[in-house]
Amino acid sequence: MGISQIEQQSISDLVGQYKPLSGGLLPLLHAIQGDLGYVPDAAVPIIAKGLNLSRAEVHGVISFYHDFKTSPVGRHTVQICRAEACQSMGSRELEAHAKQTLGLDYGETTADGAITLEPVYCLGNCACSPSVRIDNDIFARVNGDRFDDLMDGLLNEHASAERSAK
Amino acid sequence: MIFYIPQDTTALALGSEAVASALQTAGIEPIRNGSRGLFWLEPLLEVETDQGRIAFGPVSAKDIPSIIAALDVDPASHALYQGAVAEIPYLKSQQRLTYARAGLGDPVCLENYQALNGFQGLKKALEMTGQQIVDEVKDSGLRGRGGAAFPAGIKWQTVHDAGASTGADKEPCQKYIVCNADEGDSGTFADRLVMEADPYQLIEGMIIAGLAVGATQGYIYLRSEYPVAHRLLNTAIERATQANFLGDNIQDSGKQFHLEVRLGAGAYICGEETSLLESLEGKRGMVRAKPPLPAIEGLFGKPTVVNNVLTLVAVSSILEQGAATYQNFGMGRSRGTLAIQLAGNIKRGGLIELAFGVTLREIVEDYGQGTYSGRPLRAIQVGGPLGAFLPESQWDTPMDYEAFAAIKAMIGHGGIVVFDDGADMAAQARFAMEFCVVESCGKCTPCRIGSVRGVEVIDRIVANENRDNNLILLHELCDTMEFGSLCAMGGMTPYPVRSALSHFPEDFLIQDATGAGQDAALASSQNVTGSLSGDAAGAAQGEN
Ligand SMILES: Cc1cc2nc3c(=O)[nH]c(=O)nc-3n(C[C@H](O)[C@H](O)[C@H](O)COP(=O)(O)O)c2cc1C
Ligand code: SF4
Ligand code: FES
Repeated sequence: MGISQIEQQSISDLVGQYKPLSGGLLPLLHAIQGDLGYVPDAAVPIIAKGLNLSRAEVHGVISFYHDFKTSPVGRHTVQICRAEACQSMGSRELEAHAKQTLGLDYGETTADGAITLEPVYCLGNCACSPSVRIDNDIFARVNGDRFDDLMDGLLNEHASAERSAK
Repeated sequence: MIFYIPQDTTALALGSEAVASALQTAGIEPIRNGSRGLFWLEPLLEVETDQGRIAFGPVSAKDIPSIIAALDVDPASHALYQGAVAEIPYLKSQQRLTYARAGLGDPVCLENYQALNGFQGLKKALEMTGQQIVDEVKDSGLRGRGGAAFPAGIKWQTVHDAGASTGADKEPCQKYIVCNADEGDSGTFADRLVMEADPYQLIEGMIIAGLAVGATQGYIYLRSEYPVAHRLLNTAIERATQANFLGDNIQDSGKQFHLEVRLGAGAYICGEETSLLESLEGKRGMVRAKPPLPAIEGLFGKPTVVNNVLTLVAVSSILEQGAATYQNFGMGRSRGTLAIQLAGNIKRGGLIELAFGVTLREIVEDYGQGTYSGRPLRAIQVGGPLGAFLPESQWDTPMDYEAFAAIKAMIGHGGIVVFDDGADMAAQARFAMEFCVVESCGKCTPCRIGSVRGVEVIDRIVANENRDNNLILLHELCDTMEFGSLCAMGGMTPYPVRSALSHFPEDFLIQDATGAGQDAALASSQNVTGSLSGDAAGAAQGEN
């Protein structure tokens, strides 16, 4: 997927900014993803050139880590904890419920671009499982109903934003 | 009256932000403290009154008006009243060293930290030689809290001595202190809690480590799943730098130490120390073969201390209170206190800091009060995803590294995950293999491919396809992974699998209509138990 001139420029700027940092590739990738929501393929050669790495090396790092996305994601990322403590409290059912109600598998985004569904392995909230993370907020004791409420909140927020834009 | 409402991840996840807003609406500006770790009571509202500091919990925003009304008349009359905070038995019975300050005040308030004996350990360390600090840590008996339980003082000695032979004329050898804050194990949150409730204590421990071994740069490798800890750590580092506890001339001592937080990117294996170092260098988190030890060739090839958050934090109190005080807690070779994290299907989950030696049953029954669901307890997994599932017959094992190794289990980072009788242990065994598929770094075949095969074989066993042969196959596969893997990811994934098979064989029979396979499966699983070999837990984790 192509990216705009502006996006290209912002990637170049970030590369310049992170270049002096020792071992700065991960912080750089986080910064690019923070800006654009993902790390576009077109960023790879810019990063490689700037950090004096091969494209293969940069690509290898991006693909190694679960966090880095190579295609655009939804406005909100919803992560469901799949790890053991959450399993003991019913996260398998929650996971099935989420996939079914959103009509998504992990890694997919709703058609309106609102929500991307992701798995996560532990959010450190294991005493009050099941846990869900939405962007930078973590939620405890999430059952199916609570999940639906949270999703309604995200979808409504989008709908009202659209209304006020009109 | 002063009101406190925590800004800890779990408290926030249970709605503490809404409680704070409700207080503000009522004209009260609460202090956003850290959590005490009594997560079953979160959001826990604390109020400093004429009669001392009292608590209400778990509160939600709608309870605020009635609590405020009750405070004017008789606080104890409120249904959520918990009495004096310090007298809550769950807290009072603990032996808190590391978490002594947790929840008392605003975690990033530097004045508060200093008023509560903060930086006293550092003050002493600044007047000692590096060797004296290393000796103090050795004398304390402190063992690494990240899982492998390697003596911290011995690791520090290696880094202290490394690079010394380069001669007096040369520049001092660059060394690093790396804090392992990757805390990937399910059921663990001790690192998170201390980083969110008392971040200066970690900063202090890392500065002391730097002074001890002669390192001037530190990194905290923090998992990206911890956004709250990330924010609080960055604030704390900024303020500590402004107050001259970090930087080029710490408290005008002429000593320097710089500290930076680096975020992981969602890879469990990056908690393994060599993978972590690769990641910090900006590479794929591929595990390195050892030797060379990180203590000799670590970050960017330089001598590096890699320690868990809790190990480094403990150093602050060891320096402050003396090695002897710390060493007085514990049993056998497990000295000091252990941060036990009670999680999963449990009524009263939370952080329980106690001297080593308490039994699993005491933790789960006395502190935990049984399952959250109210159903019977069935299995307990200790030590994260690579830890064994323990049946009731093993719950009287004391929390002690050696006692756990003796039953082929491990304390690891101290996480306890409780399952009720609804747990399907075959599904749990399958998940252990699946997790290894997802998180393997890919360097060795037994781990990378073996785990994929493991999932398939367990599926066939449960589907009653050629069960007896597949049980033997699974058993052999576990052997291959255990002995043919470079690190504990592949090497210990067999532990939860085998323990599920040997202690809960009935769960692997669910779809067996004839009943004929049952005896064979049971017999075969006994073979598996019998062949659980030696101290591979120690071998696989003996990585320092
Ligand atoms: C697969 C794997 C995952 C690990 N994850 C962690 C972790 O999340 N946090 C941690 O402190 N140690 C972890 N360790 C242990 C580290 O390799 C290392 O022993 C530890 O950071 C040393 O610090 P300590 O001596 O203070 O415990 C892990 C080890 C393995 C094999
Ligand atoms: S055992 Fe697994 S995680 Fe460990 S080095 Fe081998 S492939 Fe990597
Ligand atoms: S296992 Fe889900 S939050 Fe830890």
